[in-house]
Formats: sequence, C-alpha cells, structure tokens
Amino acid sequence: MDQILQVSNLSVYYGVIKALKGISFHVNKGEIVALIGANGAGKTTTLHTLSGLIQANAGEIDYNGINLRKTPNHKIVGMGMAQVPEGRRVFAEMTVLQNLKMGAFTRSSKAEMEETLADIYKRFPRLEERKNQLAGTLSGGEQQMLAMGRALMSHPDLILMDEPSMGLSPIFVNEIFKIIEDVNKDGVTVLLVEQNAKKALSIANRAYVLETGSIVKEGDAKDLLNDEAIKKAYLGE
Amino acid sequence: MSFLTYLINGLSLGSIYAIIALGYTMVYGIAKMLNFAHGDFIMVGCYIIFSVSAALGGNSVVGIILAVILCTLLGITTEFVAYRPLRGAASPLAVLITAIGVSYFLENVALLIFGADIKSFTSVIKWEGLSFAGGQLRIQGVTVVTIAVSVVILIALQLFINKTKQGQAMLAVAEDKGAATLMGINVNKTIMLTFAIGSSLAAVAGALLCSAYPSLSPYTGAMPGIKAFVAAVLGGIGSIPGAMIGGLVLGIVEILSKTYISSQLSDAIVFGILVVVLLVKPTGILGKVIQEKV
Repeated sequence: MDQILQVSNLSVYYGVIKALKGISFHVNKGEIVALIGANGAGKTTTLHTLSGLIQANAGEIDYNGINLRKTPNHKIVGMGMAQVPEGRRVFAEMTVLQNLKMGAFTRSSKAEMEETLADIYKRFPRLEERKNQLAGTLSGGEQQMLAMGRALMSHPDLILMDEPSMGLSPIFVNEIFKIIEDVNKDGVTVLLVEQNAKKALSIANRAYVLETGSIVKEGDAKDLLNDEAIKKAYLGE
Repeated sequence: MSFLTYLINGLSLGSIYAIIALGYTMVYGIAKMLNFAHGDFIMVGCYIIFSVSAALGGNSVVGIILAVILCTLLGITTEFVAYRPLRGAASPLAVLITAIGVSYFLENVALLIFGADIKSFTSVIKWEGLSFAGGQLRIQGVTVVTIAVSVVILIALQLFINKTKQGQAMLAVAEDKGAATLMGINVNKTIMLTFAIGSSLAAVAGALLCSAYPSLSPYTGAMPGIKAFVAAVLGGIGSIPGAMIGGLVLGIVEILSKTYISSQLSDAIVFGILVVVLLVKPTGILGKVIQEKV
C-alpha cells in the first residue's frame, strides 16, 4: 500500500522534558489510523509537530515525499494535510460561514470552494442552519462539527483529528465517529488521536499506543481491541 | 453657537485621536502588543511632510504620499527588526520595553536631524472652511477634512476586515494564531500587514494633527500617542469601532474641559476618565470580556 505519511524517530523536547522520544509510525493512503494513549502521553504534541505548530528536535516527517520539517507551517494545509485541533479552536467571534471560509483560505478557485461548502452542508445540515450564527454560541458538539467542516473545506487528502469526542455527550460521540467513517469512505485518510480508545479502535484499521512519549504497541485495531493489556489499561475492562 | 464650535473642534481633535487609536488597537488586537512607538510614527510622518514641502516650495501632496509610504516602511521594518524576534519571548514585557526603546530612538534621531527647536508647520489643507448663520458659526477647512477623513478610514477598515480574505485572516490571527496557521494563514505576514496599515494611518494622523496644531518638534507625537492609547483602552482595546468612539469622546472632553473648566486641568480630566472607566468597566466601552484559556 502507498504510504501518505511516514514519521521516523521523531523527538520533541519541552526544555528538559522529553515529550516525544523518537517515535516512528506511518499512515497508508485510505486508512484510519488511531493513536491512543493516556493524558500526557504525547498525542497532541505529535499532531502539533506534524502540522508545524511545534518544531521537532530530531527525526523525519515525510508527507507524500515532502519533508515537512523543512516546510513553513502555513504551507502544509495547502499540500493536503489538515488538522482538527484539540478543543475545536473554532474562531468564536466569527460566524459559522466565516469559519468555514477560513478553512478554504489556501484555495484559489471560488467555484470549487462553493462546491465543497455544499458538500459540507450536506454532511452537517446543522452548520447550514446556523451559518450566520457566531461560532462561539454553538454547543460543543456543533463546534466539533464546525471544526471538522472547516478542516474539510481545504479538501484534504489526510486529516488529523485530535480528540474529536472530548467533552461531548454519548449521542454526539456516536455521530462524530460515524462522520469520521463517512469522511474516510469518501477517500480521506484519517489519523485519529483519541482517549476514547474503544471507539477509536472500533473504526480504525490500525493503531499505535503511545505511552509517555514512546510507541509501546502497534497493530491491527481489531487485534488491539482484544489485547489483554490494552483492555486493562485503556478499555476499562 | 460657541458651544457648537467647541463641540465640532472636539470632534475634529477626537477624529485625530481615533485615527491614531485605530493603529494602536489593530496592532494590539492582532499582535497582542502595545506599540508605544506608534505616536512617534506620527512625528516622523510630520517631519517628512515638513521637509518635502519645504524642498518643493510648499506642495504638500507629494509630502503626504511620501510620508504614508515611508511610515508604512518604518512600521514594517520596526516590526521585523525589533518586535518579531521577541514574539514568543518568555515575558510580554520584553516587547513592551523594546517599543519604548524604539520610541526614544525615533525621538532622538529626529532631535539629531532637525534639532530641538519647534518648527512651524504649514497646514496641508488650504481650504478656508464653512461658514454658517451669517458667519456666526465658522468651521475651519482642516476640521471638516479631519472628520471626513476619519469617517472614510473607519468605513474602509471595516470593509477591509469584513469583506476581504486578508481582513478575515486578520480576525483569525487575532483570535487564535495556532488555529489560523492550521488554516494556512501566514501569521507573520498578517502581523506585518497590520503594522503597515497602522503606520500608514499614523502618517495620515500626523498630517492632520500638524495642520490643526502647527508646531512640530521631536516630541510632537508623544502626547497624542498616549492620548490615543487612552482612547483605545477607553473604547475597548482590540475593537475598531471602540477606538473610534474612544477617540471622539476623548477629543470632545479635552476641548470642552479646556474651554469651560481649565486648560491646565484638561489633561488631568482626560486621564481621570480613563481611571473611572477602568474602575467601572475594565474592558472599555465596546471591549469584550476575555476568557483566559487554561
């Protein structure tokens, strides 16, 4: 299978604290890959480093043959890699529509942008209903939908999702995971970071387990779901 | 009638404060820093107009255009050389103190080139103005032009921010630089553009200020700069309509208190208002409550 993302020996230090201790993993085109682990394991640091919000201290990030460590961070989304950040981080003082348009900031064709917008409204009818409302007034679940819609506006090949289920009611969690599967079926590769390991493993093809900055386990999501150690540590069984 | 005249004069002075305050507030809103050298950009603009007009024998149009261009470049250069390296510094005080340093630097360069003596500035507006009620109410040309220019600037800025992609990018950067980067927005470029706009406005404010109050020294920009900062805080720092309202309130209060109370006390009254507003509504008239992110 073709690899879309290849990370090797990635290390990130916050001062003397080693947040990532040389992790390596890859994502194949068309997959959903889950990165699971406890709070503080380095999941968000990994995604921030991929998108260039944090500079790595060592290692390689290869995206479609491009060395992302040498790419200015604002150019990454234009290359087809978008992120839905932890805590949604929608622009609270802008309307839903303005937020979505920001997602398409790097796209030049207005017609294509309108087409994607129509697709997103089809996927998230609630966003269309509220398009003129300020994003800060949306509920947590709606903000998550907006953050996903905003990332999809860039028409990405690979989407990084950071804790999409965080703080949402169970109904919304199910809806969000259903949408992630749908987005993936439409051809977008997904790298999913989640604390809700059970949910993440149930939709993922493969998964990596991150513990205090190192990958301690990897494999097929189905196998990890049945792994005794994983069950004990992450699935609460 | 005379009250009306004073009110209009206050509106005019307030418009100048407003134009300066717009620069303060935009830079604060987007770069989250107070550019205390902003007032001195006004002075630089005035000296450019003064020198060019003198060299060209009184033609101030070229001077104004040059002042706008050079102040824009000065703003961009200052941001790049002095402020950008400090973005992400451990303490936000670092860039604040640097801004004060830039302010002293500009004042002393002006002192070196033009000397400390006060130059008499020729108004860039030659128009006599309007006369109403058989000459009982006269409004000077510079007053009318100042108010008109500030309204045009306010409308243009609102259109730019709400209707253009770059303007929207500014709003995004103002709210969340990280999320803006994820959208593909070049944060450094956006901040630079903000400085460029703010500094060009300073040059415009300089031309109007020195036309209304025609004495020019290296410290010409300092006091209006501080008052515009007060205006920005009064209106709610970071808010563009707030800067406009704050500027107008401040100008009117200053002129009316100069006229009816005491010209010595007027500055004390102006700053007293700031103290009261900060006590009653710390976020300013149009300011929003900022939620600290955990």
